[in-house]
Amino acid sequence: MTQSAPQEAPIEREEMEFDVVVVGGGPAGLSAAIRLRQLNPELSVCLLEKGSEIGAHIVSGAVIEPRSLAELFPDWQQRGAPLDTKVSEEKLLFLTEKRFFPIPAHHLLMPQMDNQGNYVISLGDLCRWLGEQAEALGVEIYPGFAGRHLHIENGRVCGIVTGDMGVARDGTQKPEFTPGMILRGKQVILAEGARGSLSEHAIRHFNLRSHCDPQTYGLGIKEIWEIPKERHHPGFIQHSFGWPLDDQTYGGAFLYHFGENLVSYGFVTGLDYRNPWLSPFEEMQRTKLHPAFSHHFKGGRRISYGARALSEGGFQSLPQLSFPGGVLTGDSAGFLNMPKIKGTHTAMKSGMLAAEAILEALQCERNEAVSYLARVKTSWLWPELYEARNIRPAFARWGNKAGALYSGIDSFIFRGKAPWTLHYSHSDNETLLPAAQCKAPSYPKADGTLTFDRTSSVFLSNLSHEEDQPVHLRVQSQTLWEEVNARRFASPESRYCPAGVYDGERDADGNWSLTINSQNCVHCKSCDIKDPLQNIRWVPPEGGSGPNYSSGM
Amino acid sequence: MTMKILVPVKRVLDYNIKPRVAADGNGVDTQGAKMSMNPFDEIALEEAVRLREKGSASEVVAVSIGPQAAQDVLRTAMAMGADRAILVKTDQLLEPLAVAKILKIIIEREQPGLISMGKQAIDDDMNATGQMLAAMLSWPQATFASKVTVADNCAEVIREIDGGTEVISVPLPAVITADLRLNEPRYASLPNIMKARKKPLETIEADSLGVDLTPHLTILKVEEPSERKAGVIVKDIEELVSKLKTEAKVLP
Repeated sequence: MTQSAPQEAPIEREEMEFDVVVVGGGPAGLSAAIRLRQLNPELSVCLLEKGSEIGAHIVSGAVIEPRSLAELFPDWQQRGAPLDTKVSEEKLLFLTEKRFFPIPAHHLLMPQMDNQGNYVISLGDLCRWLGEQAEALGVEIYPGFAGRHLHIENGRVCGIVTGDMGVARDGTQKPEFTPGMILRGKQVILAEGARGSLSEHAIRHFNLRSHCDPQTYGLGIKEIWEIPKERHHPGFIQHSFGWPLDDQTYGGAFLYHFGENLVSYGFVTGLDYRNPWLSPFEEMQRTKLHPAFSHHFKGGRRISYGARALSEGGFQSLPQLSFPGGVLTGDSAGFLNMPKIKGTHTAMKSGMLAAEAILEALQCERNEAVSYLARVKTSWLWPELYEARNIRPAFARWGNKAGALYSGIDSFIFRGKAPWTLHYSHSDNETLLPAAQCKAPSYPKADGTLTFDRTSSVFLSNLSHEEDQPVHLRVQSQTLWEEVNARRFASPESRYCPAGVYDGERDADGNWSLTINSQNCVHCKSCDIKDPLQNIRWVPPEGGSGPNYSSGM
Repeated sequence: MTMKILVPVKRVLDYNIKPRVAADGNGVDTQGAKMSMNPFDEIALEEAVRLREKGSASEVVAVSIGPQAAQDVLRTAMAMGADRAILVKTDQLLEPLAVAKILKIIIEREQPGLISMGKQAIDDDMNATGQMLAAMLSWPQATFASKVTVADNCAEVIREIDGGTEVISVPLPAVITADLRLNEPRYASLPNIMKARKKPLETIEADSLGVDLTPHLTILKVEEPSERKAGVIVKDIEELVSKLKTEAKVLP
């Protein structure tokens, strides 16, 4: 039985066969592809990336731990990997509305927050570099093509189908219509990042979440600033928690000085937030006005903007990692270490371990790379995630102050080995309270120098999106949207979307309407995660669409 | 017909990228930014491929002059239908005159019957290389083409000119420069991108051609356009008219 693209008339598709097909050119997918070719240069490895080039859709802080990179390329320094700014000074601040309180010696209390030996980097640039290394090793990289469907035959994944190009908004074929092709792989590595569309399909199809907690996510929104040289302190990093979020909302800001007079500033909001009036974008903007942050931007200009959801659940939320014909890696599985605020080293490690397991499965002609889980369990990845497991759920349960207190105890006294495991009780789409029960925060108006609106922000994401193509954000039932999203929650998507894609409006007669500006989409996936009834579905638009994040992002 | 078409293609900052003036104020910062084929060159290439598909030509050769990375746009050109490609490698930023001089040498070697090229590159907007090249070769030129028909060793070209169009006929060999409305270029499909990896790509060092590449222009300063002021929403026609009179002063 073949279950691939549901099409009205069957489209003839070209096919190509590889040993391994990798979906996604982020740290996990590239590390997996590189490892495969390092271990066996005979393997044919094809890597697909929906962005117009490797790095085009990568958004991360990023402070990275070079551990996995050193395992992948022990000579990464000689090879010129773009890790140029070592962390030199580190602050963790608790904010109130007007003041800030440094947490002293926090790295002794919480050893996972010690950033000595780590680097501030542009993850996009690291991926571009990894892409070059992969190509040099013989990995075939195809940017500009999205994996649209899993190709499932006889109960196993045996490849993927790329998206069709040249379909008009009404679904008809334009003259330049080019059908997607089937890329067959003996194994498929899903490395799409948080909430990948093929990964979620695989998770549903093979029921990979039957024995774990629901995944919980955060939405990271980030800007790059260029500031005057005399105000630049390369390697200075700062994290904050507390204001402007209330005690029940998880999240905080980060600010890193790196590169050539660049500052990376961003804000992560836990998508399990409850108040439907909350706007992660506005929280991010107004935090820049706080005295702990504002002086860092003085005399500077904002040069880039982006957003991406990340998997925060960690250990308890890890699904089954392998299935017949493929594996989940990186943030598609949820390997991010939230208390450490890092996911690159874990994503890379998971990719490398998946590659090793796949190689074994290919050699033994097994359908499923079953040794992947065992390899994860016997590597440093498992204890690292295990020891961090109780921090994020403590915040979800008891709020930020008590959560922070608990974190200190769990980390300092138990060293992550507490004899209990806290669980997540809800998915992020189940946490909203009715709008009528919540107070709308009052956000300051954008001043145009330090704070901005969403339109001018998205302008800096270098979006490209062919207008005449089907809307890739699918509201499955308009009626449900109006009854639940609009009437009960006052259209939360109008606020959580960092790109202003959704515009829910109520007219004078009380009737609601929803406009979807899908061309603004930066592919963060928050709507797919947070929509209360999971009525909004994110599917990949035409390949090459979306942001084109430049160097530094 | 055994006519060969040569298509020069330039690697430029991708049209989706918002350009940023480099810190030294002498140019645009392209460090790490996405680069791709000049859109007018894509149109010129599409036209060449269509002519070959119609049987008016037998081979399409793409040429790019630039750094090693310019081979990416040549791979794209071959994925879109060019049969082979030539990279003239140089890390120097070249002006149209130098580009035309190099192309002339390649043309003397390749002996094409038609040059199909973009009317201008979107990075420097010079609109000069095609014209200079035609002059150097003493070939006829048909610039700003919006329709091309090849028959009987002649090309009939509809040109976009101020206030309308003009139809001219040029004997081949000739230089044709493509305007925006000439065609809608096809996608480089994944199977064709895969096949393009196996098509021949020849690399020639620009220094080996003995061409004087010295720039003749000096860039004094590059500035970003001034920011557009925010719009205002007016209540009614009266307010609009009054603002047009008193503030914008465009109405008497």
